[in-house]
Amino acid sequence: MADIIKIGAYLCKGCGLGERLNIGALENAAKRAGKASVVRSHGFLCNQEGVELIKADIEKEGVTRVVIAACSRRAKTEAFRFDEVAVSRANLREGVIWIRPDTKEAKETTQEMAEDYVRMACAEVRRMTLPTANPKAALNRRILVVGGGISGMTAALEASQAGYGVTIVEKTDRLGGWAGRLYKRVADRYPFADPADTGVADMVKAIQSDAKITVHLNALVSRTSGAPGRFEVEITSGGAATNETFGSIIQASGFTRYDLANLPEMGGGTLKDVVDQAGLEELALAAAGGPIKRPSDGREVRSVIFVQCAGQRSEKPGHLPYCSGFCCTTSIKQAMYFKDRNPEIDTVVLFSDLRTPGAGGEDFYRNGQRKGVTFAKGSVRAVVQGEAGPVVQFQDEILNDSVSMPVDLVVLATGQVANAGVNIENAPESAESVQKVSILNLTYRQGPDVPQLKHGFSDSHFICFPYETRRTGIYTAGPVRRPMDIAQAMEDATGATLKAIQTLENAGLGRAAHPRVGDLSFPTFRREGCTQCKRCTVECPFGAIDEDEQRYPQFNEARCRRCGTCMGACPVRVISFENYSVETVGQQVKSLEIPDEFSGKPRVLIFACENDAYPALDMAAQNRLEYSAYVRVIPVRCLGSVNTIWLNDALNNGYDGVMLMGCQKGENYQCHFVKGSEMAYYRMSKIGDTLKGMNLDTERVTTYEVAITDIHRIPKLINDYIAMIEKIGPSPFKGF
Amino acid sequence: MSNPNQTIPGQYRGNFLREVEANVEEGEWVKMCMQCGVCAGSCPLGPYWDYPPQQIFMMIRAGKREEVLSSTSMWMCTSCYNCMVRCPRELPITHIMHGLATYAKRIGKAPQTPITPRFAQKFWDNLTVTGRVNELKLGLALYFINGIGEGIQTAMKMQDIGLGMLKTKRMSPFEILGGHGIKDKAGFRAMLKKAEEIELAKIAKNQVAGV
Ligand code: SF4
Ligand code: SF4
Ligand code: SF4
Repeated sequence: MADIIKIGAYLCKGCGLGERLNIGALENAAKRAGKASVVRSHGFLCNQEGVELIKADIEKEGVTRVVIAACSRRAKTEAFRFDEVAVSRANLREGVIWIRPDTKEAKETTQEMAEDYVRMACAEVRRMTLPTANPKAALNRRILVVGGGISGMTAALEASQAGYGVTIVEKTDRLGGWAGRLYKRVADRYPFADPADTGVADMVKAIQSDAKITVHLNALVSRTSGAPGRFEVEITSGGAATNETFGSIIQASGFTRYDLANLPEMGGGTLKDVVDQAGLEELALAAAGGPIKRPSDGREVRSVIFVQCAGQRSEKPGHLPYCSGFCCTTSIKQAMYFKDRNPEIDTVVLFSDLRTPGAGGEDFYRNGQRKGVTFAKGSVRAVVQGEAGPVVQFQDEILNDSVSMPVDLVVLATGQVANAGVNIENAPESAESVQKVSILNLTYRQGPDVPQLKHGFSDSHFICFPYETRRTGIYTAGPVRRPMDIAQAMEDATGATLKAIQTLENAGLGRAAHPRVGDLSFPTFRREGCTQCKRCTVECPFGAIDEDEQRYPQFNEARCRRCGTCMGACPVRVISFENYSVETVGQQVKSLEIPDEFSGKPRVLIFACENDAYPALDMAAQNRLEYSAYVRVIPVRCLGSVNTIWLNDALNNGYDGVMLMGCQKGENYQCHFVKGSEMAYYRMSKIGDTLKGMNLDTERVTTYEVAITDIHRIPKLINDYIAMIEKIGPSPFKGF
Repeated sequence: MSNPNQTIPGQYRGNFLREVEANVEEGEWVKMCMQCGVCAGSCPLGPYWDYPPQQIFMMIRAGKREEVLSSTSMWMCTSCYNCMVRCPRELPITHIMHGLATYAKRIGKAPQTPITPRFAQKFWDNLTVTGRVNELKLGLALYFINGIGEGIQTAMKMQDIGLGMLKTKRMSPFEILGGHGIKDKAGFRAMLKKAEEIELAKIAKNQVAGV
C-alpha cells in the first residue's frame, strides 16, 4: 500500500477560510503543483461528514496520502487522525488567515501564502511513508533498581505493587542506605513535633517478604547494554557474575558524605569532638536512648553547637556551591535528640538562613524552639581546641557581636555529594574525579554513566521532566538527581517508577518514550552512503547510537527519542525517518515559487521547533497578532534535526533569509531533547564561512531562542527580520 | 562589643531566657521569634530605640541580661501594635515590651534617662488615688518632671492650649483640689491589693525556684 502514491487533498472552508481565501485557486495549486489525484473542499471538514468524506476516499478511491488544508496540525488532531495513511497538514487558519489583516491590500499576499502552504503539504506527504513499529521491540516487565537506600526501596515497593518484577542491586551488605544509619528521621506527619522512626526496618521487611523483588547485596552492576525493553545487565557479587534482562532501570545511587577534612578551619578531621551530621547519628545510635557521649573522652555532652551550611553555599575551593536542603531540619531533629532527653543541655543552631522545606518544616522548626533549642544567625570563623573541648568562634550577625563559645561537641551540617558515577562529558579536573567509579558501566559509545548537568548531579530537567535522564529507559531518583531529604526521595522514587513502567510498556509496543510518547517512527540509515564520520553517534543527545564491528552506526531504536538530531548531523544525509526526512522537508523548501527580485516580495523560511516555537506561533494567531506574509513556516521536531542542506537549498533557490527558532540551550536548557537546540546553534555558528563563500550576508541565516510563552515576541521577531531583509536587499540567487 | 577571645559564662545558654520566661508577662514567647526583622522594620519609633524588638529577643537568647534590662528600648514603645499585627510568628511583642519594662523597673534596672519610667510611676500614683486619672495634675506633674525651671517654661509654652481646654470645658481648674473619682473606691483598692498579692506570690515562687 505504502508504495502507491495517491494524494488526496482536502480543503476546509470553515472558520472563515472560505470567505478569506480563493478556494478554487487553492484546489488548483493542489492539483497542478501538488499533483494531488483527489481534491475536495468541504464547508466544515472536521465534522463527521467531512471526516467521512476523507475516509471514503481512503477506502474506495485508494488514497494513500492525505493533505488536510485547514487548521494547524496542533488542532483537531482526533478528527484528522487516519492511522492507515500518511497525513500532512497545510496550516491555513493559524498560519495564514488569523495572522493576516482582512483587507483588500493584503488579499493577494495572503492568498499566495495559503497556496504555498498547500504546495508544501503536498510535497511533504509525497515523501512520507507510514511508520511501522520498531522491529526489535521487546517487552520485559522487570525493572532494575540500582541502590537499596530509601529511594531504591521505595521504587522497588512501588513497582512491585503495580505488578512489576524488581531486582535491587545494593553495594553494601544491607538495605537502607543513609536512612538506615539514622537514629531517627525528621517528623513526617502532624504535629511534626518529635523525631520519628525511620521506617527502614518495615520497608526492608516488606521487601524481603515480596516475591516479586529480588535483592543482591554486596553487589555491583558491572555491565549494562541493550535498550529499553531489553537491557542486559551483568551483576557482580563476590567475584561471581550473573546476567539478567530488564525493561527499564532506576538509578537510585544516592549521595556520598562530604569529606570533613575539607573544613580544617572548623576542626573538621582535626578535632575529635567535631563531627558531621552522620557522625552525630552514629553517636545517637550508640547511645541508644541514653545520654549522648562525645568521642574524645566519652563524657556526656552537656552543650552542643550545630553549624549550618558548613562547606556549603560557598564558592571557596573544595566547598559545595549549593544548598543541600535537608540539613537545617536535620540539625533541628538532632538538637531534639538532646533536648528530648534532657532540656538542660544547651543546644545552639548557628544558621545563615534557616531553610525548612516541606509541609511540616515550619512546624518542626517551631517545635524545636518550643523545646528550647537556641537559634542564632551566625557565621563561624573557626573552631579551635579549648581547655575542656572545642571552642566555636563566631560572629552573631544580628547582634553584630564576636563570640567565643566553649562547648562539648560541634556538629557541622555538611551537604550531599552526588553519587552519579563518572562524568562522561567533561574531562575530569581534579584527581578526585578521576577516581570516580562507574555506577552502570554502560557499554554505550558515549560513556559508561548517565550524563551530569551541574555539580555532579545527573542531568534531568528540574521542572519539566524531572526523572528523565539522557539515557532512555534509565531514570534517576533521589539525591543522585539533586540534594534532598527522605520525604522528597520517596516522592521522587515513586515518580521515577511510573516513568520506568511507562517506558518499558512503550518499548514493548515499539513506541517512543518521552517526549514523543507513542511515536512509531525511528531513524534508519543508508549504509552504502555512510562515510563513518561518527557525527550521529557523537551528537545524539541520548546515546542511542553505538557502533557495530565494522564501525558503522548502530541505532538502538528503543533508546531513541525521535528528535532527529542525528538526521541534522549527517553530512551525507543518509539518516531518515519514514515520516520525517531530509526529503520531506527539502521538497517543501523547493516546492515554492519564489517571486523575482523586482516583485518587492521577499521570501523567508522559518524552521520552528514544534515543541515551543510552533505552538507560540499558533497562539500568536489565536490572539490575532499579525506578522509578515513573506514568511513560510516549517515545523521541525527539534532544531537539532535541521540539516544544513535545507539552508543551502533555500538560499540557492532564492529565499532571502532563513530564521531558525528553537528552545533555550545551555545550563538552563528548555530543549525537549536537551542538546538538540545546542547542536543546532553549534552547527549554525559554522555556516558563516559557507555564507560568505556564497557572497551572502551572514544575517541571512539567524537563530533565535524562542519559548512557548513568547507569543507577543514572535511576531515582532518576524517583522523585524523582514524589515532587515528589505534593508539589505533581495538575495542575489533569485531567478537562477 | 565583647572580646572574641573572652568567653562569657551563660551566653547562649538560655539562663536569661528562662529568667524572662518566669518573670516577664508573655515572656515564654521570646524563644519563638524567628529573627525575621519584620517588627524592627515596622516600629515607627524604631530609629530611636537602643535595640529594636528583634534584637532584644536575640539578646535575651544570647544571655545579655544587663544590656537588655537597662536598655531604653522597651520604654520607647508607644503601644501602637504595628509590630504585633505583623509578626509572622504572632508574638505578642507589645505586651512583651511592657512586661520587660515592668520587670526591669521592679528589680531596679530601669534606665534614668528617658522620662518614660518616671512618668509611668507618676501615672500610676495619680491613677490609684481616685481610680480615675486626674489630667490636670498629671499634666503638671509631667511639666515639672525635670525640675521647676523647665516646668515653668513648658507650662508657659502650653498656656494657650491649656486655656483653650478650660474654655471648651475639656479640663476643669477645680481638679487641682483633688478632682473626682470613681464611686467604689474601697472596692478599687481591694482589687489593687489582690493584684499585688498575686504578683508578689509569683515573685516569691520564682525566687524559691531560683530564676
Ligand atoms: S539523535 Fe535523536 S533521532 Fe537520532 S538516534 Fe539519537 S535520539 Fe534518535
Ligand atoms: S516580627 Fe516576630 S518573628 Fe520577626 S523578628 Fe520580630 S518578633 Fe521575631
Ligand atoms: S507596639 Fe511598641 S514596639 Fe511595637 S511597633 Fe508599636 S511602639 Fe514599636
